[in-house]
Amino acid sequence: MQLPSLSELNLGLTVPALSLALWACILLVIDLFIPRDRKSVTAWLAAGGVVFAFIANLLVYRDPGVAFMGLFVADEFAGFLNIVVLLTAFIAILMSVDYLKRTGIERGEYYVLLLMTTSGIMFMNSANDLAVVFIALELLSIPLYVLAAFRAPEERSEEAGLKYFILGAFASAFFVFGAALIYGATGSSSLPVIVDAVGRALAGEGSSLLLLLMGSGLILAGLGFKVAVVPFHMWTPDVYEGAPTPVTAFMSVGAKVGGFAALLRILLVALPALTVAEGDAVAGWQTATWVVAALTLILGNIVAISQTNIKRLLAYSSIAHAGYVLMAVAAAGTPGVSDQATRAALIYLMAYMFTNLGAFAVAMAIEKDDGSGTSLDDFKGLGRSRPLLAAIMAVFMLSLTGIPLTAGFVGKWVVFQATIEAGLYTLAVIGVLTSVISAFYYVRVIVNMFLEDGEGDPAAAATPYVQWAIYLTFAGTLVLGIIPSLVTNLSGPVALAVASLVP
Amino acid sequence: MENYPQLVPLIILIPALGAIINMLVGARLTERWSSLIATTASALSFVIAILLYSYLHASGYQAAIVNPPVLQDWILIESLNINIPWQLRVDTLSVTMMLVITGVGTLIHIYSAGYMHGDPRFSRFFVYLNLFLAFMLILVAGNNFLVLFVGWEGVGLCSWFLIGFWFDKSRGIGWKNANAARKAMIANRVGDFGMLIGIFLTFWTFSTLDFYRPGEIANPHAGEHGAAVEHVEAATVEGETAGEHGDEHGDEHAAGPVYTDNEHIPTEQLGVFGQAERMLALPEGDPGRTVALGPFRADIVAVLGLITFFFLIGVTGKSAQIPLFVWLPDAMAGPTPASALIHAATMVTAGVYLMVRSNVFYAAADLTSLLVTIIGVATALVAGFVALGQWDIKRVLAYSTVSQLGFMVAAVGIGAYGAAMFHLVTHAFFKALLFLGSGSVIHGVEHGHHETHHAAHGDGHAGEADEFDPQDMRNMGGLASRMPVTYITYLIGTLALAGIWPFAGFWSKDEILGDSWVAGLVNNELGGFIALAGLLLAAAFTAFYMWRQVELVFHGRPRTEAAAHAPESSLSMLIPLIVLAVFSVIGGFINLPGNAAIPTLGLDAVLGVHQFGSFLEHSVVNIHAADLQPLIAIVALGLAIGAILMARSIYGLNRGVTADRRDVLEANASFSRMWRLANARLYWDETYRRLFEQPFNRTSQFLADTLDWAFWHDYVHDTIIAKGFRAIGTLLSQPVDLGLIDGVVNGIGRLMRWASGGLREIQTGYVRTYAVSVLLGVVVVLIILLLPYIQRALASGN
Amino acid sequence: MVQTEMYVMLAVVLFVLGTLGVLLRRNAILVFMSVELMLNAANLALVAFARQWGNVDGHLFVFFVITVAAAEVAIGLALIVAIFRSKKSINIDELHQLKG
Repeated sequence: MQLPSLSELNLGLTVPALSLALWACILLVIDLFIPRDRKSVTAWLAAGGVVFAFIANLLVYRDPGVAFMGLFVADEFAGFLNIVVLLTAFIAILMSVDYLKRTGIERGEYYVLLLMTTSGIMFMNSANDLAVVFIALELLSIPLYVLAAFRAPEERSEEAGLKYFILGAFASAFFVFGAALIYGATGSSSLPVIVDAVGRALAGEGSSLLLLLMGSGLILAGLGFKVAVVPFHMWTPDVYEGAPTPVTAFMSVGAKVGGFAALLRILLVALPALTVAEGDAVAGWQTATWVVAALTLILGNIVAISQTNIKRLLAYSSIAHAGYVLMAVAAAGTPGVSDQATRAALIYLMAYMFTNLGAFAVAMAIEKDDGSGTSLDDFKGLGRSRPLLAAIMAVFMLSLTGIPLTAGFVGKWVVFQATIEAGLYTLAVIGVLTSVISAFYYVRVIVNMFLEDGEGDPAAAATPYVQWAIYLTFAGTLVLGIIPSLVTNLSGPVALAVASLVP
Repeated sequence: MENYPQLVPLIILIPALGAIINMLVGARLTERWSSLIATTASALSFVIAILLYSYLHASGYQAAIVNPPVLQDWILIESLNINIPWQLRVDTLSVTMMLVITGVGTLIHIYSAGYMHGDPRFSRFFVYLNLFLAFMLILVAGNNFLVLFVGWEGVGLCSWFLIGFWFDKSRGIGWKNANAARKAMIANRVGDFGMLIGIFLTFWTFSTLDFYRPGEIANPHAGEHGAAVEHVEAATVEGETAGEHGDEHGDEHAAGPVYTDNEHIPTEQLGVFGQAERMLALPEGDPGRTVALGPFRADIVAVLGLITFFFLIGVTGKSAQIPLFVWLPDAMAGPTPASALIHAATMVTAGVYLMVRSNVFYAAADLTSLLVTIIGVATALVAGFVALGQWDIKRVLAYSTVSQLGFMVAAVGIGAYGAAMFHLVTHAFFKALLFLGSGSVIHGVEHGHHETHHAAHGDGHAGEADEFDPQDMRNMGGLASRMPVTYITYLIGTLALAGIWPFAGFWSKDEILGDSWVAGLVNNELGGFIALAGLLLAAAFTAFYMWRQVELVFHGRPRTEAAAHAPESSLSMLIPLIVLAVFSVIGGFINLPGNAAIPTLGLDAVLGVHQFGSFLEHSVVNIHAADLQPLIAIVALGLAIGAILMARSIYGLNRGVTADRRDVLEANASFSRMWRLANARLYWDETYRRLFEQPFNRTSQFLADTLDWAFWHDYVHDTIIAKGFRAIGTLLSQPVDLGLIDGVVNGIGRLMRWASGGLREIQTGYVRTYAVSVLLGVVVVLIILLLPYIQRALASGN
Repeated sequence: MVQTEMYVMLAVVLFVLGTLGVLLRRNAILVFMSVELMLNAANLALVAFARQWGNVDGHLFVFFVITVAAAEVAIGLALIVAIFRSKKSINIDELHQLKG
């Protein structure tokens, strides 16, 4: 038996993701010795772990490579998404400290679970093998199931947790079966190896092509669930509403990043050949993602209009935004545009991360200790009682709509550009139209804040930690909107497409 | 007779079957049937063990490897060349263990039928006992480390079951029992970790885990020095298809030349021990000696040192050695028969078995062997000392067991593998006897207590009844006349344990001492010196605390009403005692010394000398057949007798317990401190608490109070950041009027709002609806993906 | 030797049965068991394919799936117990406070 040596494993490249997972385990032990009323120590230790991983990731980003004998790949793609995820985790921790305290669910496991799921997402970003994708997917999901139910014995939180769990497990099963079929068709679970076998399967006829198509369909469904696109989205509003708000915020960005990372990598590294149209034959996954993206954009944006709860509204909004990213994925199916579309998806995710987290942070700031105060009516009068907070929220809403000079605009711009470049004009038109529709519900929040008279004292809970989070995301939203070149430069070297297979 | 080895799967399956029967229908059976089934299963295993022995005897002690009918390719990954079969091994070492396990096991089954009488979970107890037997037999019968490990874990599980058997006792005792079980489990987990790493390393080094491969002869030189045993060449046993394991010499064997050694087998087809021996035989610096472990290159000796070290960690857990021995005394919370079988006679000796089995490794690893010696001697001394100050009758025996295991481990350390096994066997007899005897005593005292209590209070069942501790030796005394059979057998066990000539313990203990004499004074090894000095002292401790126990329990006057009215136990409990007592007397004769200076009652002429050693020699390569040293034997015997006399003069004639229920030594000013130290178990458990818990607490306290609150939260956060932000916020706050947008929303939004409300109804809140939606999505995606394919298929079909 | 197709057919049948179980069952535990059935169907397919291809990727995958499934069950049962404590029922149709 030939075993790889340590140096062949290239462990250094895995430090960002691995250190976070390890730190989570250590933190679980350390937390035992932290008194109940000092759990913010755990939060800071967790945040420290995130910062460490962030720095490590920047170092790795400069010197990409492959680790674990090809199972784990630390390229610019993963590095970029790791930045997004680690920022998300950091902001989520900031949001959590006081929220947990005032809602009476301050327990150290919370941060441990948060770190675990973060490391899961990072593994997902780097996974180069279907088995690794699966493990990372579960490492991402399982802590989230628990976090969603973290406000137990509150019934809504428990319901959210169980719903998420049942459907999540259901979707995972589809993913595993899909992976099994792809393995059956190609004889390998390693993405770079699969791609060769796919080429061979396409050349010849036979059952392996059938297996391949069914497998990729099931994988698409399994990951579609994680990123919450229609029609795999239905858990989203319920879970977002029931889960503790910082968890919702984290989930709305983190899980999507992980899901899209795996989706893009599987589709572009392992299955690009499936998009190559051979005459009238195989259209491939581009059509499927196209249809799903269109459905997602339409349904997500329209249903959001009639929402009265800010968390549900943001849930539907997050579904809609997943649709925009999926537009980019569909665009990546066109040979030659793949890398441009991938970069567009990444930039969109980065922009969405800042804006969405910010919106959730503001929503959390006006939430009451018992979980009420999340109605849109609770925003009434905010412009008068907390003008700064209201102004920042307005910027977030505008960014989510995609108004220029905000991050949201930059994201939408690059995605639409890639879609048009890829020749998917209908999809681009649907995207623009639904963006306009989205303005209705986003602007309504602004209207409520500034033009309606409210009562009571909202924003009582805008504690310093939360304010940090809000200012941080606000800064990100504006900087990205005003100087987009910062991020576009960062995403410049990202390239996933397998050159040899693209004609 | 040559087919007997094929029976070896049965030796495991029969107890397993017994466990299954009792598990399924035991609750509906009467006690008699339940115990009968379990005991029969155990007895049948014993019969098989005897048959296996007769096979060995007839075949010239030639080992057989057996593939059970199922699971032959247990772990088989051809592409990676990983093959770990589920193979069992019949050789002199494993059969010795089987005989002890099933023999003592059967007696304990019989005893349990009486002891557990009336327990609400009577049949469950027998399920565990039978299950334990099955796992223990897997442990000793396995032909590779992984099968051994399965048994190793299985017996740990059964041990956990049995320690916590009375988890439901009232007044917090149940909690204590459950905690004791957990403690055992956790201490063993630490050990198992080492064990696993050792196994991984072994596999990494040799690419196999098999002890020996079919056709391989463990010790080609066996029988050359010892008793004349006709050596029969190794031939593959019937039913063993050698070709299955890549061994192409199987066919040659049948017809071709007859081999008396392993020279014809290529190195990579040898088991781990054969490979290790080959590598060790190479000259220093030969590239064949180097082992590649990932990026590291190391000499075979270094690697073996590492492997044996990790095995040693496993041994300290399972065989209760320093530093992991703390679980065994607590394990006495379990029913006494379980203590006798698992925590005295068999399971805890698994570590010794492992080391003897790996004797090739240990013999090459000098440094680890020294460590083994030190640990064994230290354990023997510490446990022997602590046993001096215990009141609980079983706890004394528990520490005694730890101490005796220390003897065996130390013997392994100095290379006296045969002596270690010899002591293992004799110890199984007399320690099981002592435990069963103590169980009989406890049983008697408990009954006596009930009797007197009922007489005093009529039907009254007052709370104080439960305060009475039937295991506390202060509540005993004078039981010799009340329980004559128990007394006499207990006395025999005590004398055997103390090492009095000619009881079993004398022969085995003195062989260890003799071997350490040779190792220390003749071969000038450090370990030998340590072992000789330490073990002699420990032997004196042994005699002292055992005689203290005899005095406190059986001699003098009864100290409580309960002891005065204790009845003798039932016959089913006494028979095993008597049988074990007989073996405690004669058990030592299986390995009589060849030194004429030691009187052997003329038995050496009948039984021969070094019989057990030359029997084991066929499986244990590095057996050392050092003789008893007359001088050492006399010194040890003198020490033991001296210690007994001393104990008698201190504790005899009712002087043992003072009026305020203190030990006479504790009452004596000059010994008081020493006794208290022993009574407090040298503060070992407390030290663990302090070493591991308090530093953690302090660190967390500092981080929480000082760093987070005082500095970070109060100062940096509130003062600098929060106030600064608030100032900027106030500066910027201006009301924003966006009235224009209001109209837009109201105007165009109505249509969208209508559509939205309709679509919203889909979101019913029912999980199953959502699942249907997911499924629908899957179907849609699949149709989109497959449509072109189907079209193409149809097109090409037409 | 049984053909790989047969195993895959069986796996598909089991997978469909599991899917139906998730859709039709109301008892949360049975729903879990159905999900487990789906996962094990996938395992069967993986092992069958691994035998066909003669490499270990599939076996490896199966081990991970088994491990992850165990973790999932642990979490799932904990959630069910929590729900049962507050609702005294594990009927998943009774969970519809969150909707719209």
